[in-house]
Amino acid sequence: MDNERMNDEQHTNIGATLTFDLSRPGRVGCSLPECDVPEAEIPPAELLRDDLRLPELSQPDVVRYFLALSRLNYSVDTGFYPLGSCTMKHNPKVHEDLARRPGFADIHPLQPPETVQGALAVMHNLQRCLAEITGMDAATLAPAAGAQGELTGILIIKAYLADAGQSHRRKILVPDSAHGTNPATAAMAGFEVVTVASDKDGDTDMQALQVALDDDVAAMMLTLPNTLGIFDRDILTIAEMLHAKGALLYGDGANLNAIVGRARFGDLGFDVVHLNLHKTFSTPHGGGGPGAGPVCVKAPLATYLPTPVIEQTDGGYRTLRPPHSIGKLQAFHGNFGVLLRAYAYLRSLGADGFREVSANAVLNANYVRERLRGAYQLPYGRCAMHEVIASASKQRAKGVRAWDVAKRLIDYGFHPPTVYFPLIVEEAMLIEPTETESKEALDAFCEALLAIAREVEETPEVVKSAPHDTPVGRLDEATAARRPVLRWQPRND
Amino acid sequence: MSATRVPYIPNTDDDRRAMLEAIGVASEEELFADIPSAGRVRGLDLPPALSELELVQQLGKLADFNRTPGQMPSFLGAGAYRHFIPSVVNHVISRSEFATAYTPYQAEISQGTLQAAFEFQSMVCELTGMDVANAGMYDGASALAEACLMATSITGRRRIALLSTVHPNWQEVVKTYAYGRGLAVDVITSEESALTEEHACLAVQQPNFFGYLEDVASLGDSIHETGALYIAAVDPISLGMFKPPSDYGADIVVAEGQSLGWAPNFGGPNVGLFACRQQFIRNMPGRIVGRTTDAQGRIGYVLTLQTREQHIRRENATSNICTSQQLVALAATVYLATLGKTGVRRVAELCYHKANYAAARISEIPGYSLPLQGFFFKEFLVRCPLPPSELNRRLLDEGIIGGLDVSDLIDNGMLFCVTEMNTREEIDHLVAALGSVNG
Repeated sequence: MDNERMNDEQHTNIGATLTFDLSRPGRVGCSLPECDVPEAEIPPAELLRDDLRLPELSQPDVVRYFLALSRLNYSVDTGFYPLGSCTMKHNPKVHEDLARRPGFADIHPLQPPETVQGALAVMHNLQRCLAEITGMDAATLAPAAGAQGELTGILIIKAYLADAGQSHRRKILVPDSAHGTNPATAAMAGFEVVTVASDKDGDTDMQALQVALDDDVAAMMLTLPNTLGIFDRDILTIAEMLHAKGALLYGDGANLNAIVGRARFGDLGFDVVHLNLHKTFSTPHGGGGPGAGPVCVKAPLATYLPTPVIEQTDGGYRTLRPPHSIGKLQAFHGNFGVLLRAYAYLRSLGADGFREVSANAVLNANYVRERLRGAYQLPYGRCAMHEVIASASKQRAKGVRAWDVAKRLIDYGFHPPTVYFPLIVEEAMLIEPTETESKEALDAFCEALLAIAREVEETPEVVKSAPHDTPVGRLDEATAARRPVLRWQPRND
Repeated sequence: MSATRVPYIPNTDDDRRAMLEAIGVASEEELFADIPSAGRVRGLDLPPALSELELVQQLGKLADFNRTPGQMPSFLGAGAYRHFIPSVVNHVISRSEFATAYTPYQAEISQGTLQAAFEFQSMVCELTGMDVANAGMYDGASALAEACLMATSITGRRRIALLSTVHPNWQEVVKTYAYGRGLAVDVITSEESALTEEHACLAVQQPNFFGYLEDVASLGDSIHETGALYIAAVDPISLGMFKPPSDYGADIVVAEGQSLGWAPNFGGPNVGLFACRQQFIRNMPGRIVGRTTDAQGRIGYVLTLQTREQHIRRENATSNICTSQQLVALAATVYLATLGKTGVRRVAELCYHKANYAAARISEIPGYSLPLQGFFFKEFLVRCPLPPSELNRRLLDEGIIGGLDVSDLIDNGMLFCVTEMNTREEIDHLVAALGSVNG
């Protein structure tokens, strides 16, 4: 019965009908109370709106509509989701229950501190633990996401250099393998971006760095391990070179999962690092947020942290504005609901647990790498960290691209890896299994990729026309961008 | 190791041995050979691992340690609001298929997220009256900051103007973002004609930080005379009742979406609403979802206009943002679908009547007054007979969370918020308590 229903759904075009189309005048989805106070004088009509064109649905309409939508999604809870650079690990269920407790969910950010000591304790402890994990001296939990964490870190560097009389330093170095947010962030912070090449082994090209590193460089943004899944072997030298020139080293901690509990940014010479709690610290990705992007810094930069930081005093916890703070990043203290889940994760794991995380994340990635050898090109001849970069360049001879392999994986029941990133690898497929997948899951995934490689040889059309079993096929993105339809409109308009 | 097994890691010792053998290394340590020994840590100073049971007990204790507005009347607003959340909302957003997916890069298996985002954009357009909206920003304050940056890039002007009645925290966020781009920020009052042809925009909050309606129509005329853009920061619930910003000439509209079906969560996560006029669509930051078709003509949804974004344009992107706070935006979408046309209006009216009732009752207490004139929505400013911090301490003793102390802005000023969550009994309790502490 369930299978039949699913098949029916696949033949119904759910996308054709929105809540607005389902609307019928007079339906309501929620009852509201009568007004229990005398009604006030209504403002004059010129201040009031005439009509509000929102849908009118009954509660069952709402539930069925959104349930149907949910079933069109693939998620971590559905199956293997090896989206490289995104660390799609299991999201512990107990965290959801904890975050929904009224004592956490319902508290207001402007309540008197004495009424929110439990929440402030969570934030203070998390600050301390993140500083310990990264080997830094201070932390802020204010940034709403990794990209906002980057902006925070670069603005802190900007303010620090300005106070040191170093405002002429206008350049930020960014490796060519970097995530697009790095250059975008540097530009938002008012810096000029200088791209530094990677060498054939995937490390920073030290000669290119030497050339780029002049007296106008403010900092280098480096992801470690980088987006190729490679740990830069020259990291200590890079840090020394930058510091010798008066520049700072910024760490993008997006890939912390590979080294958590084993190496610390602070010990490796980084001055600033941001973390993505929705990656290494297992908070749910939510379909594209919310996450959180805390920033940890060395002591000389602590005075520039955004407000607030949480401080412990004899009288309890309180919020504090650092003396030379760069200011606020969002209206309140940060994404507390996300911070809480990350803290719960951290408390569940402990130091040994984190070492297990990185050990298994790296083991899983290298196992996948080994199993794909021969069938797909492996552009870097060395051991991967938490993610492995493979290429569909061999498959191009048959007219098949990484994009096609990705789409065919969907038919086999897997979420595809990240494709065409990093930009420096041709037909890139960036596979990040994470530590929360079993050997059986990895084997099944690799078998699928091997089967697809055989299909490319024998029946490439099957791969090029994939996916075959999804509610919609490949969608016309060109038309979507050329003639954008971005909202519902009444059909007869 | 077996004693401290992490329940989220499936590999058994046998699995690990088999995998190491397949890879051709003796131990996991060999896989970390690239980490220089000088940079390795042997142990971290972290609290000991807790079992799930201990975790629930310990964090539960911390949760219970907080005093929550659900246990006692609260009159705090100022940018984070208590509104009723229909059960449907939490049931929908708890679906794993929504909560544990990521950015819909693979459209064929992400239609749930994409279609919900398209619904969200449509509803934001309907609420604000604007032509287009994106799929969501971090929060209202950072949405305002991004709107100001967007105005500078559209106009080529390098000064940002904010009306002084914009939320002080939002003003601060604008200044942080402006510092990055090296832009000037001027805070002006509506009385002075300080807006010049150097200004890219004027940002106005409606209702303003103190809860009162600004004269948004005449502001619009003076803004456009200078060639600046009109940015309106609105309360989405107020739009159930009051004129949408499209009616008074706004070019870009932002809002904090937390009021729409999402609990305050101690201030985050939230979602920023962001809408603008059609002509500015390619200057917008953030994710945007568009409607299209597949080869068989079936309607579906995709991320679109991505050439604005960081993963394509890198340093030339409109912003570095790459989240849409999707789950919070989903909550707002389900909330608006559930309350619908009549429910949103009803909630707005309840807030309006209750806030007016509370203000009238408080102003009758000797020593208390309403220093501002005009119409307000769900918040209002009260001048108190004693310092608000002291008053709030006494209210807390009475089991009430009072308003926000704004004595730094207005002498003995307290900003009260009343929503549909506050019963008449609670309001009367507040009034009695305010009267008694005065005596």
